[in-house]
Amino acid sequence: MAKVLIIAEHDGQSLNPSTPKCVKCASGIEGAEIHVAVFAKDASAVAEQASAIDGVAKVLTVENEANEHALGAVLAPQVAELADGYTHVLGASTSFGKDLMPRVAALLGVNQISDVMEVLGPYEFKRPIYAGNAIITVKAPEDKTLIATVRAASYQAAADGGSAEVEAASVSAELPTHTRWLELQAGSSDRPDLATAPRVVSGGRALGSEENFEVIFKLADKLGAAVGASRAAVDAGYVPNELQVGQTGKIIAPELYIAIGISGAIQHLTGIKDAGTIVAINKDEDAPIFEVADIGLVADLFKAIPELEDELGS
Amino acid sequence: MDKILVGLKRVVDYNVRVRVKSDGSGVETEGVKMSINPFDEIALEEALRIKERGEASEVVVVSIGPGEAQQQLRTGLAMGADRAILVETGEAVDPLSAARVFKALIDKEEPGLVILGKQAIDNDANQTGQMLAALWDRPQATFCSGLELADGKAKITREVDVGLEVIEVDLPAVVTADLRLNEPRYVKLPDIMKAKKKPLETMSTDDLGVSVGADFEITAYEPPPQRQKGIMVEDVAGLVNALKEKGLV
Repeated sequence: MAKVLIIAEHDGQSLNPSTPKCVKCASGIEGAEIHVAVFAKDASAVAEQASAIDGVAKVLTVENEANEHALGAVLAPQVAELADGYTHVLGASTSFGKDLMPRVAALLGVNQISDVMEVLGPYEFKRPIYAGNAIITVKAPEDKTLIATVRAASYQAAADGGSAEVEAASVSAELPTHTRWLELQAGSSDRPDLATAPRVVSGGRALGSEENFEVIFKLADKLGAAVGASRAAVDAGYVPNELQVGQTGKIIAPELYIAIGISGAIQHLTGIKDAGTIVAINKDEDAPIFEVADIGLVADLFKAIPELEDELGS
Repeated sequence: MDKILVGLKRVVDYNVRVRVKSDGSGVETEGVKMSINPFDEIALEEALRIKERGEASEVVVVSIGPGEAQQQLRTGLAMGADRAILVETGEAVDPLSAARVFKALIDKEEPGLVILGKQAIDNDANQTGQMLAALWDRPQATFCSGLELADGKAKITREVDVGLEVIEVDLPAVVTADLRLNEPRYVKLPDIMKAKKKPLETMSTDDLGVSVGADFEITAYEPPPQRQKGIMVEDVAGLVNALKEKGLV
């Protein structure tokens, strides 16, 4: 029978929404018993949130001063030890999971399936390659621990409603001291999180400057939306890199995505192809974004945005 | 530091729109332009800059793959690498196999730093650097967008989901390059001529005592589901109406 261990992602206080998405993915493995592991300095708050996810049978906590900040090199030997007895170990395909899981896989002497988008069987999955231009079906050997990352945009979060027991686990792995966390430079976070927001407004190169990009923030606030940007806008310095949407930035699946002044390069479209409704506003009627948009408007964004705010306000 | 090892993977050029073959047996690669994986090019550029600052004495580029990967290694030499190693194989090489090959080369070459691209744009696995660091039992600094070396340590800025994370690692270490680490230089014609005289060593995986292969079986290739082109509206009022009809505002 499948026994799945999911590595929780968190900031010490809150469970990242990618973790209940991993649970949803794991629940697609028939008959799976799902456990969530929380590695932290103090795991209590996060463990409580994890125990409430529907479908989770048990939450394991591994508390250690060294686990205060998530460092792949420090966590991997602990995860590899805890993996004993599990058929599957999953993490989200976020910067956290992408850093950690391959290191775990190598310690266990196995390969990893990256970016699982569909579970076909306990050892058979679909995943994208070539920036999503092809989808492959991958079969993994059944006699080895299966390590995978889960493409969060392909899954809804598992609902709350569970009440799993929380149990402290002890690991004896020796932890390296060769990697040290110094600081995190994060943007202001009073807006919804781009990776998980149900609505996103993104701006592109056509905004022209950091000052002009303010109109995107204003519109997003009006809609209660998160703000994103194209790679061109990030490269031009209008907004910081963590707002980038696309193959090399964040891959997102909001219910509503409004792309303003974004031409729609393939690498950007890769990041939004799971969005519910895509709205595009662009001056250039031949912009490729219109090929995928559900609703398109050819217009000057500096005229259209104030009008849109007026219409929405009334 | 004595030496920096850089991985260069031969992949379908990033400008090529990759298509699945009509019989679903793979992707169309016949006659398609091949290039250095763009993230690997960034990795090489960073190594060259470190050497040019006088913080390393040699940059060695490595590729694992078919004989044709010599082309990508020659491009790397033209960019400024000092020598090249091709580990030639006709097999499919999965990330763990690639990491094992790099580990065997590390045992021979003893570099102070290994820089790889964060992922290859063909299989998008994003694994080899992390796996290598695990096999080598050394630090990993993935998604690197800034790198400073001093006193046997590296201070690395990493692009993570919430912003920029700064970590410090002891050397030797594995660094994987993200998009904004640098902008790779263009190769000039005289450098291409010079690169022809630089050493390029070819070896087999047997020479390194490593067997490569693929653990996973790919049973099907299919094109992604296509989004349908939607409607065009005349003005902002039309846009808002369409959104209202969908219950989105």
